[in-house]
Amino acid sequence: MSEIHDPDAPQSTSDMAMTGRMDVSAVLEGAEIPEVVSNIVFDLANVRVFYGDFEAVRDVTMQIGRNEITAFIGPSGCGKSTLLRSFNRMNDLIPGARVEGLLAYHGFNIYAPDVDPIEVRRRIGMVFQKPNVFPKSIYENVAYGPKVNGMKVNMDDLVEECLTKAALWDEVKDDLKKSAYALSGGQQQRLVIARCIAVKPEVILMDEPCASLDPIATAKIEDLMKELAKDYTIVIVTHNMQQAARVSERTAFFTADVDAQGVRHGRLVEYGPTRRIFTAPHDPRTEDYISGRFG
Amino acid sequence: MTATLDIAPDSAPVDLQGKGQPLVDKTFRWILFLCLAVGIIFLAVLLTYVTIKGWPRLTPTLWENMPSLRRPERAGAQSAITGTLWVIGFTALFALPVGFLGAVYMEEYANPASRFTRFVEINIQNLAAVPSIVYGILGLAIFARALALGQTVITAGLTLALLVLPVIIVSTREALRAVPQNIRHGSLALGATLWQTTWRQTMPAAVPGMATGTILALSRAIGEAAPLLLLGAVTFISFNPTGPFSAYTTLPIQIFNWTKESREEFQILASATIVLLLVILLAMNAVAILIRNRTQKRW
Repeated sequence: MSEIHDPDAPQSTSDMAMTGRMDVSAVLEGAEIPEVVSNIVFDLANVRVFYGDFEAVRDVTMQIGRNEITAFIGPSGCGKSTLLRSFNRMNDLIPGARVEGLLAYHGFNIYAPDVDPIEVRRRIGMVFQKPNVFPKSIYENVAYGPKVNGMKVNMDDLVEECLTKAALWDEVKDDLKKSAYALSGGQQQRLVIARCIAVKPEVILMDEPCASLDPIATAKIEDLMKELAKDYTIVIVTHNMQQAARVSERTAFFTADVDAQGVRHGRLVEYGPTRRIFTAPHDPRTEDYISGRFG
Repeated sequence: MTATLDIAPDSAPVDLQGKGQPLVDKTFRWILFLCLAVGIIFLAVLLTYVTIKGWPRLTPTLWENMPSLRRPERAGAQSAITGTLWVIGFTALFALPVGFLGAVYMEEYANPASRFTRFVEINIQNLAAVPSIVYGILGLAIFARALALGQTVITAGLTLALLVLPVIIVSTREALRAVPQNIRHGSLALGATLWQTTWRQTMPAAVPGMATGTILALSRAIGEAAPLLLLGAVTFISFNPTGPFSAYTTLPIQIFNWTKESREEFQILASATIVLLLVILLAMNAVAILIRNRTQKRW
């Protein structure tokens, strides 16, 4: 149980790459943290997400802590991305999507009728799987969010600050007027992160941010995430269990139940401190997944 | 010829030559080429014919002089050129904002699953196939008579605007649809409103496609004669339009009028004017390509 196997893992980020197995203790950092989340940012109680009649996520109850990195892991179709997108109401953009149950942000239900999704998204930023830079210059990409939000700031300073925080400034400081499409995939993803923190959110949601990146770019994004966690609350969806083990404080394992009609419904199986999930999972399904015996 | 590298003595011979290109492949390739050639050859013959025939009259008098029925050797098409520019200007003025914004509504705001949206969608596609003469009847009944705008530049502009509106809406929608969804989501995730996202991200990214579709639609409007014949542009006009409520003639109408005349000088004049119309159309298409290339280079 001290070894996990993930065939999709990047093949050269660390010593575990050669065998496809890793010693979890080498990757898990930091002290033990308690099971109970103390400084709660998101409080979910019986959250269900539907697409029309289809229940994509079933009955999730969990808390997400401030300045922590929380990882959502699980097989494809287990609803982890769907749940993540409901945190900043991006699911509103899909016709027929709706959320039931209570999804509270600092105690306020973000699905209350008087809540403006625009305001929610300004406080809860999002980084997507594919780096979706705007077809504009690097500078304009970062300045876009503050502009549309009417922030009264010195834009040059803000752009430099955000690009520095995203560990991209040194690479692009002479090319700010160049198209963002000229950057590599890893640089584009860091630009997206810089663009996201430019509107000064409290939370950053990351939906498989390294899925389209090579191992070196992935390592850079992971370092950046740990750095950002000092100021931001981060929730990351990942298919890469080593990544979850490397970066997160807490891990939630989701899986898909197949009902009588063969339809897959996502559900939360187990949630707890990452070290505990990877070394002493309570649920046998978690155990099977992290040790590569899933399915 | 076979390779002369060392090979294991007992290895079976490898045939890499195959049976050559099958006959079907070759035939299909030629059929495709012939289809293309038919279009190009006919266009080339047509262009050569009108250019040769109109050559004697492709002189500055063609765009400097007004039409004349008595002296075809000195007649020009100036009133038709300025009339075309006036009419097409008003067509663009009416059709572009309405077409762009209508397309933005359909593509960005409307719920694609609603019955109303699907109803509108099917109707717009059908409208694009309605014969232009029908638009002429409509323009005559509504703009010329009911709204009492008469046989003026503005009536022609409004009628042609209705004619090209479906084409503009359809091509603008295509251009908007080609903008990746994740650009919109990226903008919305930053707390931008739908309006900000549409105006600052989606529409700028769609400009190349919108420009191309628009210019092609306006090019079609420039070449239209049928609806304008109904709207009473047949009359002999030997002055430039002075405003939206002025009488007018356009190049296709002028060409139509001259080809009706029996004298050979008028036939030559008509050919020369056709060449002029084609040059204007080519120039407009060139502008479309220019806009497309320039906006694409930006990103």
